[in-house]
This record gives sequence, C-alpha cells and structure tokens, in this order.
Amino acid sequence: MSKITKEIKNRILVLDGAMGTMLQAYKFTEEDFRGERFKDYPTPLQGNNDLLSITQPEAIKTIHRKYFEAGADIVETNTFSGTTIAMADYQLEDLVYELNYQSAKIAKEVAAEFTVKEPHKPRFVAGSIGPTNRTASMSPDVNDPGYRAVTFNDLRIAYKQQVEALIDGGVDVLLVETVFDTLNAKAALFAIEEVKEERNIDIPIMLSGTITDASGRTLSGQTAEAFLISVSHIPLLSIGFNCALGANLLQPHLEAIAHKTDFAISAHPNAGLPNAFGEYDETPEEMGEQIEEYLKKDLINIIGGCCGTSPEHIRVIADIASKYKPRNC
Amino acid sequence: MHLSGLEPLVLNENSNFTNVGERTNVAGSRKFLRLIKEERFDEALDIARHQVDGGAQIIDINFDDGLIDGKEAMVRFLNLIAAEPDICRVPIMIDSSKWEIIEAGLQVVQGKSIVNSISLKEGEEKFIWEAKQIKRYGAAVIIMAFDETGQADNYERRIEIAQRSYTILVDIVNFPSEDIIFDLNIFPVATGMDEHKRNAIDFIEATRWVRQNLPNVSVSGGVSNVSFSFRGNDGVREAMHSVFLYHAIQAGMNMGIVNPALLEIYDDIPKDLLERVEDVILNRREDATERLLDFAETVKGSKVEKGLDLSWRENPIQDRITHALVKGIDAFIIEDVETARQESEKPIEVIEGHLMIGMNVVGDLFGAGKMFLPQVVKSARVMKKAVGYLNPFIEKDKGEEQKALGKILMATVKGDVHDIGKNIVSVVLGCNNYEIVDLGVMVAPEKIIEAAKKENVDIIGLSGLITPSLDEMVYLAKEMERQEFKVPLLIGGATTSKAHTAVKIDTQYTNAVVHVNDASRAVTVVGDLLNKKTSHLYTAKLKKDYDEFRIKFLKRGKEKNYISLKEARKKKYKIAWETSQICKPKELGIQVLEQLSLKELVPFIDWSPFFRSWDLHGKFPDILTDEVVGEQATIMYAEAQAMIKEIIAKQLLKPKAIFGLFEANTINEDDISIQKKGKEIGVFRTLRQQLKKREGIPNIALADFIAPKETNKTDYMGAFCVAIYGAQELADSYKVKEDDYNAIMAQAIADRFAEALAEYLHKQVRTRHWGYDSDEGLTNDDLIKESYKGIRPAPGYPACPDHLEKETIWEVLKVEENIGVTLTESLAMWPAAAVSGYYFANKEAKYFGLGKITDDQVTDFAIRKGITKEKAEKWLYPNLAEE
Repeated sequence: MSKITKEIKNRILVLDGAMGTMLQAYKFTEEDFRGERFKDYPTPLQGNNDLLSITQPEAIKTIHRKYFEAGADIVETNTFSGTTIAMADYQLEDLVYELNYQSAKIAKEVAAEFTVKEPHKPRFVAGSIGPTNRTASMSPDVNDPGYRAVTFNDLRIAYKQQVEALIDGGVDVLLVETVFDTLNAKAALFAIEEVKEERNIDIPIMLSGTITDASGRTLSGQTAEAFLISVSHIPLLSIGFNCALGANLLQPHLEAIAHKTDFAISAHPNAGLPNAFGEYDETPEEMGEQIEEYLKKDLINIIGGCCGTSPEHIRVIADIASKYKPRNC
Repeated sequence: MHLSGLEPLVLNENSNFTNVGERTNVAGSRKFLRLIKEERFDEALDIARHQVDGGAQIIDINFDDGLIDGKEAMVRFLNLIAAEPDICRVPIMIDSSKWEIIEAGLQVVQGKSIVNSISLKEGEEKFIWEAKQIKRYGAAVIIMAFDETGQADNYERRIEIAQRSYTILVDIVNFPSEDIIFDLNIFPVATGMDEHKRNAIDFIEATRWVRQNLPNVSVSGGVSNVSFSFRGNDGVREAMHSVFLYHAIQAGMNMGIVNPALLEIYDDIPKDLLERVEDVILNRREDATERLLDFAETVKGSKVEKGLDLSWRENPIQDRITHALVKGIDAFIIEDVETARQESEKPIEVIEGHLMIGMNVVGDLFGAGKMFLPQVVKSARVMKKAVGYLNPFIEKDKGEEQKALGKILMATVKGDVHDIGKNIVSVVLGCNNYEIVDLGVMVAPEKIIEAAKKENVDIIGLSGLITPSLDEMVYLAKEMERQEFKVPLLIGGATTSKAHTAVKIDTQYTNAVVHVNDASRAVTVVGDLLNKKTSHLYTAKLKKDYDEFRIKFLKRGKEKNYISLKEARKKKYKIAWETSQICKPKELGIQVLEQLSLKELVPFIDWSPFFRSWDLHGKFPDILTDEVVGEQATIMYAEAQAMIKEIIAKQLLKPKAIFGLFEANTINEDDISIQKKGKEIGVFRTLRQQLKKREGIPNIALADFIAPKETNKTDYMGAFCVAIYGAQELADSYKVKEDDYNAIMAQAIADRFAEALAEYLHKQVRTRHWGYDSDEGLTNDDLIKESYKGIRPAPGYPACPDHLEKETIWEVLKVEENIGVTLTESLAMWPAAAVSGYYFANKEAKYFGLGKITDDQVTDFAIRKGITKEKAEKWLYPNLAEE
C-alpha cells in the first residue's frame, strides 16, 4: 500500500491552493517566461505557466513551499496544461516530457524537505493532469454537431505521455482534474491504466470534475451522479469536484456523490465566485466557514483550494480540517 | 448495475424490468436501416428520440449491415446523439458483432454504456482481451451464450457457458460482476420440431440457475424471437410474449428488448388462450403446439375484436358518436363528426344533436352509477375535440351560436391553491353542456364579483381546501348579498362541509347556497338550480333544508363537555423523562435535498387517496378488484403508471426537500423552544386537547412529546417541507391540448409524489440523518399504516390544525429562500403539491386529533403567540367549541 493510501485513512488530507493566482503576483514579463533558454523562440510564451517550471523554477518551488508551510499535505505539480494538445498553442509540443518531468521533480524536492523536517506528517506530490483545451464529446462548431476537434485516441496518446513523465519525475499520485468533459477524463484514465499495466506498477489516482453552473451539471451535460458512475470503473483514491464554484455552491454536488461511492471524496473549490473584475475575494475565514460545513457533514477526505485561494486560505482550511475526522469510506 | 448517459440509471434488486429500445437497430427496424443507407441521420435521430420519449431506459444501437460502413455510421450517429440532451440522457447499448465497431463506439460516449455483445465463440484469448478493453473503457457487457462449439441451445449448455464466462470474467479479468449481463438465447417454440419444444422453458430455467448461482449478474434477451412461428397472428404473439416474460421475469430476467406494442397484459389474456400458451411456453403437454395452432385459427378472428375491435364502426353515425363518447375513444371522432356535419343542415346541429345525444347517454350512465368520474372526464375529452373541430364551421355560419345550458363561474378562493376537485367539477359540468368560466386559483373576491357581472354567469362555484378559505367564502356570500346578486352559490372542497355551509354561509345570502362535495352530484344540482320551471321550488326546498340542518346542528354541539386549559395541562401525556431514551440526531442543522430521484419515490406512493380524488372509494390494492369500481380503478391505475413512467423518463416533475433537526425543549407547558447550540431560534406553539375524558386518559399536546426544560435534558425535534415542482406546467401542457383528463391526472400524481416524498424523507431522517431507527425494515404498507417510530404531524391537520405555525417553520428552515416554496396569505403552500410539518422521534409520540378547544386556550394561545384574540379566533375557527 502506498503511503498516501495509508495517510488518507487517518486524517483529512489538505491539498494546496491556486498556482495561477500566486504566479500572478510575480507579474512575470515575456522575457521572464522565456528565460535564457527560450530567448529566441518564435512564438510568444507569456501566459504559459507550465513553462515556468523550467524557466523560473525557484518561483514555483517557493509557491510549493508556502503551501506546505501553510499546512498542505499534497501539492499539485505545475502541469495543468502539460499535454501536446494544450501546448500546441505555444508550439511547445516537444517540451511536454521535460515540462512534466521537471515539474514533478522540483515539487518532490520541496516535499522531501518538509517530510524530513516533520516525518510524522509526510508530504505528497500530485501530478496535475488538466482537461486540455478541447472536448471529445462536444462539437466546437454549432453548425456541425457531429464534428469533434479531438478524438479519444488523440487524448489517450497525449495523456499517456504526460503520465509517463510525471511518474518518472516521482509524483506520488496522479490528479486528473477540472474534468469538464467526462470522455476526456475516460481517455486519461485509459492512458493511466495502460501505463500501469506496461510498467507493472500501481499508482493512486485522484479524479476531480468541475460543475460549471447552477444546473448542477458538467459542461458536457452530466449530472454529478452520472459523472461518478462514468468514471467508477477504475479504482480511484478519490473523486470530487474543483473549480468553477465557491465552497457553498459546491456542497450539494458533493452530497450527491458522497453517499453513492466508496471512494474517498475530495473538494477544492474556488474562493467564491469571481467579482465584476474577475477577482476572487472570499476571505480565508469566509471560505473556511463554508468548508467547515462539509466537514461537519462528514463529506470529505481531501480538501484544498482552486482559483483565488492563497496559502492563507489553506492555513485556515488546514486548521479546521485538523479538528475533524475524515469521512468514513 | 450502474449505468449513465447524462443521467444515472441504477438497476438493482428492487428495479423493475428494464426495457431496451431497439428501433435504432438496423436489424430491428427497416425504417432505421433505410434512413441510414440514405444518410438521413437527422430523421434517424428522431427515431432515437421517439424511443426515449416512449420510455426506453436504454437504447440499443446497431449498424451491422452489409451495405453500411458500420464503424463510420456508429461514430457519426453516437456523436450526433451526444449533441441531443433529450436522447443521450439515457445510457447507450453499443451493439455489434464486430469488435472494431464496438471499440469505435466506446471511444465516443462519455457515459457508462453496455457492450452488446462478446462471447467465447472465438476462444478464451480474444474473449479475455475484449473484456479487458471494455473494462478499461468503463462499460458493462452482454455475454452471449456461445462458445467455440456453437450457440447454447439447451439448459445444460446455457449454464455451462454462463458459468465458464463468469469465472473467466471475474477471476481472470477482474470484471465487476454487477456489470455482467447474460443473453441466454431466446429461441422460437411451437415450430413443430420436437427439439424446439423446450426452447422457452430451458431459457427460463437457465435464467433461474444463473441468477441463483452467479452473483450480481443480470439476464437479458430479445423476447419477440420466442413467438417467431406465429408471425402474422399478433393476438397469439402478444399472449406468448407476456406469458414468456411473466415466467422469465419471475425466474430473474431483468432486462430485455420488448416491443411494448406487442405485449398483452398477462391478466387480460383469455383463460383458454392463456392455458394453451402456457402449455407451449412451459412445455406442459405433448400436444401443446397442435392445440395452440388449432386455437390460433380462432384467435385470428377474435383478436381483431380485442385490441382493435372496429365492429362498432359499421353502425349508424349516431351510434358511432355515442360509442366514442361513452368509451372515450377519440381516434375516429373527427371523421365521424365530419360525416355528421355533411349530413346536417347546419354544423351547430351536430353539437346540439349528435353530440348532445351521446353526452346524455354518458350523463345517464353516470347518474345510474354505471360510469365513473374518470370515464366521464375522458368522454369530455372526446367532446372537446369534436367541438374544437366544429367551431370554425359554426363561426363561418355567422349569426348562430352554440347555446350552452348555462354559464358557471368556478374559482378557488383567495389564498388557496388547491384545484383538483374544482377542475373535475368543471370538466363534468363542461361536458354536460354548461359553459365554464374558470378563474383558476387564488382568486380575490373582487375579481370573482367582477367576472360574474361581466360574464353574466348563472351560478358561482367556490372551492377551497384549507380552513382560512372558509372565511373567504363567507365574505364572498356577504358581498354577493350586498351587491344584490341573485345567482346560486355552490360551495365545495375538502375543508367545506354541509354544517359550515348551513351555519355560516347560507345565513349570509338570501338566494340559494348549496354544498356540493361530490362531482357526480354537481350535474343534478346545477340542473335543478337552472331549470326555469322548477328552480324556484328547488331553491325554497334547499333553504328550508339548510335551516333545519342548522338548527339541528347547533343543538347537537352543546352536549360535549370540555375542561379548562389549566385542568387539561394537569392531565398532559406524561413521558418518564428520567428513563425515556433520547437519541441525538447524527446531523443537526438544516439540509436541502435537490438531487432527489422521482423513481425512488414511487414505492412510497399511497394510492388510496389518488382514487379518492376521482370519487372512487376503497382501499388500495383491494380497490383494483372491487366489484363496483374495480375495473375502472384498474384502468386508472394503469394510466397513472404510464404517466408516472413518462414523468420519470422526461423529468417532468422536480422534487425538492428541506429539513432541519434541532435541539428542543418544552417550555411553559405547551410551547417548544427550538435551539441551535443552546440559543433559541424559534418557538413552536402547540395546542392541547380539552375534551373531557375518562379518568386516566390524557389531554395531549404535541409539546408533551418533547422533554421539558426543567428536566435539564436536551431533547430534539425536526421540521421539514417537501414540494413537487412542475405540476402546473405539466397540467397546462395537457390543457392546451384540450386534455383535461390528463391535466387532472397530472395534478393528482404530483400530490401523490409530494406525499411520497414526505414519507421517503421521513424514512431517510429516521434511518440516516437523525438515525434513531437505523435498522427498520418496513414495507410500504407499514409506512402507510405508520407503524414506524416517531411522527411527522403537519400544521393544518388534526394534531395541530393551526396553520400559523407554518410561518414558524418557514422562518426556522428558511424554506422560501432554500427551496422556493411560498405561503399564500391563507398559508397555503405554493406549489400546491407540497407537505410541511414537524418531526418527533420519541417512541411514545403518536398522532392524535386536537378536537375542539375553548375560549381560555384561545386567549392563552393569542398571548403566547403575541397576536390579537381576533386573529387567533379566525385561524382556529373550525376548532372552537360552541359556547
């Protein structure tokens, strides 16, 4: 049994908060993004946050460190867009392996620092696997509903490459997250199973969907329970939801699945809904109060934050989480 | 087995037979095949949609045809389906004999599908590989009873292959057993060949073995195969299908492809045919096939009579129209009315002649108790359709107008939202040629008066279900008197009574006031009131009758004895709090439940009140076999089931629920203080029985069931509100189609769902959220008999008739903010299909009726609640003992 599967039985594990929000504070310029290595790269690279693992590794490490200091048990690698499909926007498809490998490696280094310091509280790294920017079960062209911009096989191949690099980099767990199209997630799961079989290894998988609006459905139209059923064929460490909604609006969807699965339940909501300027302004205390509601209801095994959350949010959440027992599953 | 499209489909031991739609299968539908060949995918999608609308819970999709590129068609069609939420909400069955088509299909569906099918036909290696892939794609699988040596065609081979497939799947592939479905091959019987005789019984027996010996699996099959040798004789085929299914389902077949149009109701199969078909299916006689063949010759003719008995079409035109009206058949009415119109001089004559003659027959049969309310409402549906067709012709023939017997205004009074009864009465009167002006629900008195004047109506009918509506009716009677109205006033609705009408309403209005609580009486009463020759006499008789009734009633009220509130409190129901078990709820606080499944509520439905709302009296299920109303009740029940199925399939109703569990203590004898972490967040005022009782019999108030503050024990209580949204919209969708019958049915079903949801939620609370009764194993009957521990009394009902407490529930739970249910000025809930109340968990808590209370309690209650005595009297009116 891997360490994390043991730890999750003993306590509520705390996941880190937003990477993007923290990076914004650095106000990196196009030159910063490029660094020395990509000085002459033909396409603009500003905004490619994943690239910073290579060009600004110290910034990434600092952010990981802040989250661990705040009380996180798990940090996510800076690899949300680390597939050939998402990197095509920057013509950086060839860099995918290195990006994921380096991101995993630096996160692991920081985690190791903390585990050495506090052996009673081992720290983990989750390899972040984002949804890509294409949907396998929806057409981007309203006039041609049968068209698909990406196929299951395209996704499977791209995810497989990302997964292999993350594992090589040493991640403890894979996190398929912000799933807005279940078919994309199924392709990722398929790829992970292939890697597991080919290498004859086992690695825990966390899966986190995103419910985009008040209708309670994923972007691809599934209800929370249908989503759960569609991905339950693979033994998961945890299933849950992240992003899109604040903690309060996420609660009914967590309840909808919590009583219907034996997998652990995770949640990493946004710091509320964005205000008129696109900023998230729910304070750590406000968010903590909402999250305490989950814990009171015995809904949670893994808790963290998504867009708009900071180490301060995670500190409050970790404090609260330490007072509760994990959901029994 | 858990499956999903956009929505979940969970099949377990409690699920009914799951029907798979097969019209999107090129082998099952010639039309579908043609459309795909011609690349008319849009129309092919319509077939899929039609299947789902028709109630298919899963759709089977198959493109195995020599002239089609199956892989390309599968991908294209499934991609198109994914863009149609009303289709892809159900799970897909990807059907092909070619692996590459199956895999292509698996790569384009996001939900959890079923693969149909794989087998050991080409050996274990291929079987294992395919099963592994299917598992990795996240689908369930159908396993054909087929192996390297061929298809299983007897009992032993079926179980041998099933066992072997199961072992490989579970032990080697690690395939979840609940995702395995066996297709055990349904082959034809009665082919004349001896080796086919056991085809059906072997399937059934093998099914039984598989379900008993291979844990968690399902069994499926294509049913129409069994009757293959009787092609062309649908009468026999339908009987064979239902007999086969009847036995196969009992043996454990839980899924299959069945064409609902080719299915007879098992109980409706004539006994002689049933016996012969069962002989064949169960292989009970040597000569079973011959006997069925002989019989089939005769069934060929008589069959036509059953489903499509069209012999009445040979009758003269008037008989046909009468038949259609009496039987409620609308299939030919336009055609017949058109014929009648051509034969008549003026189109209006068809209404005044043909149709009225028919409706008079309906009225006579109804009056004689030979037709029942639901049938009459169906007749009205046919009538409306006919009139709708004729109207344009009548309008063209200007100058003449259809003359109704009278114009009747119907309204549910201000503050009240209940209108099923009113709608039924309207329809019944409407089909007796009265013109109805229906003002709907929550109608203010000024609006009723105004409309009555403007429309120059002949009668005003008022309806109400909750107690405050009684005052509204009194007010309206006064207003009518003041404004010198002459028209009769009809009073109806669950809360009304002859006593109240006689004592409170009749005295306010000089003209006729009649209490009509039974739709079947409405027609005769209205007829008498509007008959120009006799109405005078009738009204005088009515007035006299109500006078006498009033005098008798007022006398009677004095005989009962009451004790003072002080004495009653001394005689409270005493629970030994020192020893009584108090269970702390597992989940204190408020919870909102919005992800509720209608399907899960169905088993909680109490059907008896449903029949009552249609004036069919009796207890369910005995009512279905009742000598008088049984046949009608059975038809209604089937129709209700069909509508429920559609409601569930299309999610036409939306259940919502909220409940809260709180710390609570009784204070000041009769009040319950609700607390959150020791802080008071609300107080429920309860009322105490005051009727003088025998020594030792307590005078109960709900507060007696909660530990008093003085005991220093923290006790708990709960409150809840549940509602069914969408009933109005659904009813309206039928109304615009002139289908009042189904409109009323929809409302009645929504009411049943609301009650079922209340029952369901109570169970969830008892067993889970509060958790004081975690291992109760009660059947639906027990629930209806209320044999569980704890009660859920509702404000406005006997234990706590005071509607005002709803306001407290609304405040404490924030009901309106959370689930949107609102209270009208009369404290009726909107939407109307809603239930709210309290939870008491003490095992001694029981339901009781408050009965009458005296002035001292009213005064005390008003002071406790901080309201004026007048207000208290107004709301408690029906419970005040006459002084």
